[in-house]
Amino acid sequence: MSVPRFWRSIENRYRLVGTVCKNCGEKFFPPRVVCPNCRRSGEMEEYEFSGRGEVYSYSVVRVPPEGFEDKAPYVVGIVKLEEGPLVTGMIVDCEPSEVEIGMPVEATFRRVSEEGEDGVIYYSLEFRPVRR
Amino acid sequence: MPGRLKRDVAVVGVGMTRFGELWDMSFDELFIEAGLEALEDAGLSGDEIEAIYVGNMSAGRFIDQEHVASLIADRSGMTPVPCTRVEAACASGGLAFRHAVLAVASGLFDVVIAGGVEKMTDVTTEEATSILATASDQEWEAFHGVTFPALYAMMARRHMHEYGTDREELALPPVKNHRNATKNPKAQFRFEITVEQVIESPPIADPLRLLDCSPVSDGAAAVVVCPLDMAKELTDTPVVVKASAQASDAIALHDRETLTGLPATVEASRKAYKAAGIGPEDVDVAEVHDCFSIAEIMAVEDLGFVEKGEAGEAYREGMFEIDGEVAVNPSGGLKAKGHPVGASGVAQVVEIVEQLRGEAGKRQVDGAEIGLTHNVGGSGGTVVVHVFERAD
Ligand SMILES: [Zn+2]
Repeated sequence: MSVPRFWRSIENRYRLVGTVCKNCGEKFFPPRVVCPNCRRSGEMEEYEFSGRGEVYSYSVVRVPPEGFEDKAPYVVGIVKLEEGPLVTGMIVDCEPSEVEIGMPVEATFRRVSEEGEDGVIYYSLEFRPVRR
Repeated sequence: MPGRLKRDVAVVGVGMTRFGELWDMSFDELFIEAGLEALEDAGLSGDEIEAIYVGNMSAGRFIDQEHVASLIADRSGMTPVPCTRVEAACASGGLAFRHAVLAVASGLFDVVIAGGVEKMTDVTTEEATSILATASDQEWEAFHGVTFPALYAMMARRHMHEYGTDREELALPPVKNHRNATKNPKAQFRFEITVEQVIESPPIADPLRLLDCSPVSDGAAAVVVCPLDMAKELTDTPVVVKASAQASDAIALHDRETLTGLPATVEASRKAYKAAGIGPEDVDVAEVHDCFSIAEIMAVEDLGFVEKGEAGEAYREGMFEIDGEVAVNPSGGLKAKGHPVGASGVAQVVEIVEQLRGEAGKRQVDGAEIGLTHNVGGSGGTVVVHVFERAD
């Protein structure tokens, strides 16, 4: 991903800032400009999510894409945030065999990938199990 | 009536290259071979063609060539005939066919070629994987290291969780499709595989393994469409397009209503059945988008051949075999026939037309009268469904 494309979404990636539609109340992450329920009648404002949720589905990536070679195998998942939306991220700080649907998770700040040795390093909130 | 074509359109010629790693053939040679075969099949010289629609996902990334519409018209010797490239990831071919049909139905053109082509093996497998991942949401999926197989893997995991689909059932579509492909001389993989081989093949993205995934392929397919009245003069076996339907959905999986099916398949097929005046039980043969094993399981459910969650059991009972209740992917499907992404949707039409004409050789579905194609872009953001019927 290009540096500007990444930079434009830093607020969202670092603080889990999405949007809420003041007209219908639905919350969105990633943020949306247009509410699909209300279209032109919708009105969006920023909304910061708590980062807490549970694993809705997951997979273990064994054949990684470029930039993720030294991480594999790693777990990716779709997390259901407590505020409602589903969001995609890595599930870190655990063995792949520990992950299951319904597992409570929380957001955690991580180094995601890098573009070669001298390239940009991408950071983002990802998810880790809630340990009690 | 909205959703219905304004005049009847038929397919009068079909052609395709074999699919596979065709290193000795260039992008344009692939298209030309398929196009000439379709013209020959239709008994046309080429002078009759008024427009060309070509499905192609990513020539820009695969062969560093954009503006392929001009390239194809030029190299095919067809200038100044208007040529239009259509892109909807892996649904590019089905969508190109749809636009050819719509153009003829509108009355703007009479004789049109719809084709699809992809040249995927000039790059490494790693590059091909990255290019295919551009069909998903680059900012909110691929950014986090989510590969294309991982998206379908998460659908599979959720399907297993909600409906008890098991690992063995997941293996049944690829096993069937490889068996069917042994009867298709143009298929990439003409050998059988077993459930055990699928389950023990190298893991790609749990629970999906290598033999759950369609391959990287080169290939092209083309068909000639024209008004039905004209078709009846050209051939004894015109195949009429009974319905053309399309639906969009969120590009990212996490923005969908469900992970255990593709809402766009449900929507597009509902519209197609309504326009054709049929139900899923009337379909004799279907070419569905099996880019992964779970994709075919979801397709047969979303198309209404079985209830949601019941595909696994239906596969065990042989419902989708060539001699089953509805033959699904008699060609071998994307899994075994091969998946040159931009060509796949058109190749599905080629197979259905051959089936409805009774020209499918060893893989012929007995007495097939109604056929369906189902072409998916990305992880379900675009779905195109067509219904066909023998017009005699
Ligand atoms: Zn709203």
